[in-house]
Amino acid sequence: MSSENEIILDIKGLKIDGFTGEQWLPIVKGVNLQLNKGEVLGLIGESGAGKSTIGAASMGFSRDGTRVSGGTINFMGTELTTASESQKRKLWGAKIAYVAQSAAASFNPAHKIIDQHTEAPTHHNLFSKSDSESDAVDLYNRLKLPDPDQIGFRYPHQVSGGQLQRAMTAMAMSCRPDLIIFDEPTTALDVTTQIEVLASIRDIVDQFGTAAIYITHDLAVVAQMADKIKVLLKGEEVEEAPTERMMKSPKEEYTKSLWAVRSHQRKQKTRPENSDAFLSINSIDASYSNGPKVLDAVSFDIYKGTTVAVVGESGSGKSTAARCITGLLPPSTGKILLDGKELPSNFRDRSKDQLRQTQMIYQMADTALNPKVKVKEIIGRPAEFYEGFIGKDLDNRVDELLELIEMDPGEYRDRLPPELSGGQKQRIGIARALAANPSFIICDEITSALDQLVAEGILKLLDRLQNELDLTYMFITHDLATVRAIADEVVVMQNGKVVEQGPKTEMFTPPHHPYTDLLLSSIVEMDPNWLTTVIEKREGTSS
Amino acid sequence: MSIHEIVLALSLVGFFGYALVSKKRDFVWISSIGILLTLWLKFLGWTGTLQFFGILIEVIIVSAILSYLYRSFLILVLPEKLSKEVSTAPLTAAFGLLMITIYAFVGIFGPALAPYGEAEVIADAFAFRNEEMLLGADQIGRDFFSRLIYGTRNTVGLALAATLAAFVVGTIGGLLAATQGGRLDQIMGRIADVIMSIPSLIFALLLLSILGPKWWVLIIAVGIIYAPRVFRLTRAVAGNIVVMDYIEAAKLRGEKNSYLIRKEILPNVTAPLVAEFGLEFCFVFLLIAGLSFLGLGLQPPTADWGSMVRENATLITYQDSTPLIPAAAIALLTISVNFVVDWVLFRSSGLKE
Repeated sequence: MSSENEIILDIKGLKIDGFTGEQWLPIVKGVNLQLNKGEVLGLIGESGAGKSTIGAASMGFSRDGTRVSGGTINFMGTELTTASESQKRKLWGAKIAYVAQSAAASFNPAHKIIDQHTEAPTHHNLFSKSDSESDAVDLYNRLKLPDPDQIGFRYPHQVSGGQLQRAMTAMAMSCRPDLIIFDEPTTALDVTTQIEVLASIRDIVDQFGTAAIYITHDLAVVAQMADKIKVLLKGEEVEEAPTERMMKSPKEEYTKSLWAVRSHQRKQKTRPENSDAFLSINSIDASYSNGPKVLDAVSFDIYKGTTVAVVGESGSGKSTAARCITGLLPPSTGKILLDGKELPSNFRDRSKDQLRQTQMIYQMADTALNPKVKVKEIIGRPAEFYEGFIGKDLDNRVDELLELIEMDPGEYRDRLPPELSGGQKQRIGIARALAANPSFIICDEITSALDQLVAEGILKLLDRLQNELDLTYMFITHDLATVRAIADEVVVMQNGKVVEQGPKTEMFTPPHHPYTDLLLSSIVEMDPNWLTTVIEKREGTSS
Repeated sequence: MSIHEIVLALSLVGFFGYALVSKKRDFVWISSIGILLTLWLKFLGWTGTLQFFGILIEVIIVSAILSYLYRSFLILVLPEKLSKEVSTAPLTAAFGLLMITIYAFVGIFGPALAPYGEAEVIADAFAFRNEEMLLGADQIGRDFFSRLIYGTRNTVGLALAATLAAFVVGTIGGLLAATQGGRLDQIMGRIADVIMSIPSLIFALLLLSILGPKWWVLIIAVGIIYAPRVFRLTRAVAGNIVVMDYIEAAKLRGEKNSYLIRKEILPNVTAPLVAEFGLEFCFVFLLIAGLSFLGLGLQPPTADWGSMVRENATLITYQDSTPLIPAAAIALLTISVNFVVDWVLFRSSGLKE
């Protein structure tokens, strides 16, 4: 995209150490990076790959508990590793800007958006306050924010997450920097919102010829945004290539494995004929403490041994449906039948056996496991509580469960949750659900907080367990790629209503309900030209 | 050679030797410089203010060495898990631990250590210190040193019991309020508000004058005054735990409230509660000492640091600092407990430097 080949950022042999509480350990182990004017570099890797640390370091910023232990960072002639704080402060905001993952946490809730926007330009004496304000409106216009003249005068909590993320991008642009660092700017957004933000970020970076480092763990996203891609693994560079070539013919094994994740797909099971639904939800309504209806006449059936994926954006009521099934939120009307028998609406009225049959796996494994309780007790408690295992039998049962989730009992039995990785914690969550010997498991966004390779492992494990133990899953997710991988049937929800449901193959072939269509077309694909085509198509249909 | 010179010379040799082999050099170098400074002060002449500073530096160095040794001793003696914790303690915390151990030892074995009985009159009133009486006699001729030792047991023991009472009531209330919520939470919260709105000293004076100055009245009064603070802390901390998914999972499993509190919540609130215990203990300690000073605490002839200050206060007029020793004992324990609390809080909050 850039015609001038002027190098603005040149990082050589960068080494960064992190403090673990006892000693300094290397996080980044000698990474080289070059960025030309107007070029967008995608940094990609799993968590712990050091991509955010490198992002911060390219501004000359060391996060708390990290230090640069070697290498040079040259930004437009300034050596950032040796630059003084005041030198760096002159660059930050003016020449280098940063867009964080959570715009909601990065804006000060006590000030209007536009006041925060004009802060940097006036501080650096680049624009007057009124010039900067009119420039802000212009930027909001370019970023296609609704009501660009007025939106800046709202407070951060008065606009949506996607809009806030765009306002944050506008703010980064306020001084016309030469380099912007985007640190996972769309990870926290819904799929349908993500597209708009991606498109507007790409356009504005293009228009002003700003160079950018785009950090993400999502390959498909980076393919849309970047001119070239650098893959990182455990603080080391795996490979770097222009986007087209990287997508088509990755050289390294690790890159190939990353590319292959999305291709996992399971054979769809057909609904058993003439059999009654295992779990049947009959037109339930629900609301939180007399508020507006969160669920409106929701009905769907789940058949034994199948996986039903419930899909929708945040706020669509998919998690609320799960809370109704578990009995945490008794529905105001409607019935829930398990195996033909009606379940009491409040979990306190359910029998021990009814409670045992329905188990839940949570999104955040960190909050789902008590950090002060050992693995063997976390898993052992349901086995002891429901099945009455004690003493030696209980130990054996725990070992058996750990083997079932492919973890070595000898090594992990006595660990505490903080001593486990994210994927291992999620496996323990699964084992806890299995320990109750359930027939039905609700999985609430269980892979969304995990890296792609790890999530893949979890999905495969669930698939195997389903076959071995004849389990039924309700899989709540916003990620259609996951749905494609594991679901047998799909329920699409929007604003508390079921808009469409049916077998997966039907759902992925037209015609769709318009909302399903929107969701499906929002799955970011690996093709680097995908975003352009989708935006063109959408603008074509709307005008 | 005076005792000071021997101490200094030995420390200097030890420190320089250690500095050459040890990894933690900063502390060692600073101490060595301190010793050199003291020697230099001595060289200048060892009188007046100079002597005061010299001795001050010596005291700091000696307590640092003792703390260091005590920490190494604890690391050796304690089981693996605890010794790992202790090895993270800074010297201040080690000093606090050492002092607390000494106080506990004196408190427990007081009668065996004290040369005379608690209420034994052995000399004239305010007799000077001599070989039999390390700190002289008090206002009716009892051995001051023995009473100081007996006072440890009485004052510290009473404060400990009162703090425990406050914690038992406050913690149970806080946990119930956090898990049950609703009306029970509201009622307990308002009761706590009412108690906290009464000035604590006045409330204690009121109770003590109604029921008479007895030790169990003191425990009850202090328990009532401090329980609301513990209640509010426990409720706040447990409130953050109750919303966790693992509590939801346990509830959905059908677990009873008692299980939730014991197994799921309590292990997660212990660290802040222990830290709070140390902090509240200091306040309780000072309140009780204050009440004793006013004559409403433990009654004569029971030895008690607060009343010892008051009874012997006249000596201060004659340039004798003996009555300040019980006050210093109170201060030293308070500071030591705070050192330890700081460290525990730092560990439990997961803060990194």
